[in-house]
Amino acid sequence: MADSFGRIESEFRAKRAAGRKLLVPYITGGYPGWQDAIRACAANGADAIEIGIPFSDPVMDGPVIQQASQAALDDGITPNAILDEVPNLDVEIPLTVMTYYNLVHHPGPERFAASLQRAGIVGAILPDLPLEESGPWCAAADAHGIETIMLAAPTAPDDRLPKVAARSRGFLYSVGLLGVTGERSSLAQTATDLAARLKLVTEVPVLVGVGVSNAEQAYEATRVADGVIQGASMVRRLMESGPDAVGDYVAEVRAAIDGEGSTR
Amino acid sequence: MYASANGAESTVAGLEPVPSAQTDLSRSATARYSRATMTSSPSNTLSAPPDPTGRFGEFGGRFVPETLVPACQELEEAFDDAWSDPAFREELTQVHTQYSGRPSILTECHNLGERLGIRLILKREDLNHTGSHKINNVIGQALLAKRMGKKRIVADTGAGQHGVASATAAALMGLECKVYMGAVDVDRQALNVFRMKLLGAEVESVHSGSKTLKDAVNEAMRHWVANVSDTHFCLGSVVGPHPYPFMVRQFQSIIGDEAHAQIQEMTGAMPDLVVACVGGGSNAMGIFAGFVDEPDVRLVGVEPAGGAAVGRGTPGVVHGSRSYLMQDEVGQVEEALSISAGLDYPGVGPEHAHLAAIGRADYPNVTDDEVIAAFRLMSETEGIIPALESAHALAWLARAAPEIEGQTVLMSLSGRGDKDVAQMMDILADEMGGAG
Repeated sequence: MADSFGRIESEFRAKRAAGRKLLVPYITGGYPGWQDAIRACAANGADAIEIGIPFSDPVMDGPVIQQASQAALDDGITPNAILDEVPNLDVEIPLTVMTYYNLVHHPGPERFAASLQRAGIVGAILPDLPLEESGPWCAAADAHGIETIMLAAPTAPDDRLPKVAARSRGFLYSVGLLGVTGERSSLAQTATDLAARLKLVTEVPVLVGVGVSNAEQAYEATRVADGVIQGASMVRRLMESGPDAVGDYVAEVRAAIDGEGSTR
Repeated sequence: MYASANGAESTVAGLEPVPSAQTDLSRSATARYSRATMTSSPSNTLSAPPDPTGRFGEFGGRFVPETLVPACQELEEAFDDAWSDPAFREELTQVHTQYSGRPSILTECHNLGERLGIRLILKREDLNHTGSHKINNVIGQALLAKRMGKKRIVADTGAGQHGVASATAAALMGLECKVYMGAVDVDRQALNVFRMKLLGAEVESVHSGSKTLKDAVNEAMRHWVANVSDTHFCLGSVVGPHPYPFMVRQFQSIIGDEAHAQIQEMTGAMPDLVVACVGGGSNAMGIFAGFVDEPDVRLVGVEPAGGAAVGRGTPGVVHGSRSYLMQDEVGQVEEALSISAGLDYPGVGPEHAHLAAIGRADYPNVTDDEVIAAFRLMSETEGIIPALESAHALAWLARAAPEIEGQTVLMSLSGRGDKDVAQMMDILADEMGGAG
């Protein structure tokens, strides 16, 4: 079984076994400075990076990521323009994309998966493609070595979670709260509750995303989960202060989830 | 058979006349969808439910964030259960009869008919309470929301008609109501915004994207994701994830069911042509539902030139379903641009996409100028000020008149034009003068 894991899942399982908590920052592709922000994430302790491919109608995103996506679209960014840049990023950790299904459906799952593979992308997160509709995409993704990271939500009944987990590759995205992406003042109870439910039913690494807003909340979430995904807090720093601020923040979160520093 | 605007292969599969006994059964509103037919595979009638994945042919489905999947499943089960429950259907009928003002009448337009060389009969959805067909759907959904134990409804709105209808139903049934409306539409439909507030609803102006209906739907969906446990998403058209396209069609099919009986009584026959405007397409789907299994009745849905999803779109996935969509070369959704806020939508209901793909219905489009002319024509010749949305149907009839001479045409007058008068006063100010 171990041989069949893709790159993300192999690395994540090995790191988990070694006692490391996993950190996956999200950066909006095409937003000015996005390439340097990704390099800064990689240099400061990220375990993988989620590159957002902006879509005109991002229904799972809150104001910060909406704003970054819209700015990138207004600059004329396209999926291919982002993918063309990926080989130049020159980072060692696995890279995934996060986008909405119409950008996959338009070229077709096969062509989209092939274009990810050519670019060196190894994972994909499609938040508006639930399990029941995921067949055509997953077949194409599997054939091209793209790990499809499924989302599990707090609203799911117990019998649904193992099914979602079984189809997830790389890791399982445990949605932290009822709502869209964005920073919140505290970690929702649902974040640790769902992560705990998922840990009972799957060996796939479980990472909490949506509403994990600072180092302290990341620490809190990783007491239960195998890691965290942070988007809005990264993108806000990129928009306000640039790529270096993203790198500093990743280092801060890294230290927190490693159990170092004041957040313990 | 009519060629699809998208060049898809036309087919006559499924268009054979059904045995008369079955036709009779399918005409009975209460017998139309027994529990058995709802959950099993569709029958050979075009008015059948979608398949278990929510597809009409290759269109539809349920493309929503994982958070919403259980809510869509819950809604599907609740609707299935309610629709097959005689008590629910009776309550719905009672509200429509005693509150909405149903059945709506048919009006024959003698002056306009003579002018166009056709026999023109209107289905008067404009006479419903709140001024459009939207009430048919929201009464159904509000009753369902209560039955499901939800405390709030959240709605999207374009022209404001669905928002007003939602606010109205919420007031009637003691539900809280929040309405998302694009900032552009808030400006051009100020009267409806105030109307919603009077009815006790909270109106949220949406400033993202194109600031019109598409973005109002996005924002309503985001709100639903965050409040799914106690909130029902009262979607305003035959769009969205399964079961919405089917459920909204069923609630709107009262238009077609009534009209089928009424026109038979008025003219002694079926019409040659049924025409309605199409944005998302709920009034069209509602009136088509009564005639789609009458193979000799031609169905025409009229889109705005600036929002012609069937006419100019390609298959895409947005707002939960796969349908025709106006999109650019990589799949970004394009902004619709129409004089009519209610049709300013780059997508279309998946069942319309299916009817277009199999060649059962035609979807021409008309320009804003043609719509303005039609708006004036109906006002001047019949003493009926149509909604700008409904005027699209008439605009196409005016253009197509030479080809359909002598035919009996049933047109859905989906709403009244009161809400559009201020906007038209600006547009026609030079020509007609203002209020002074």
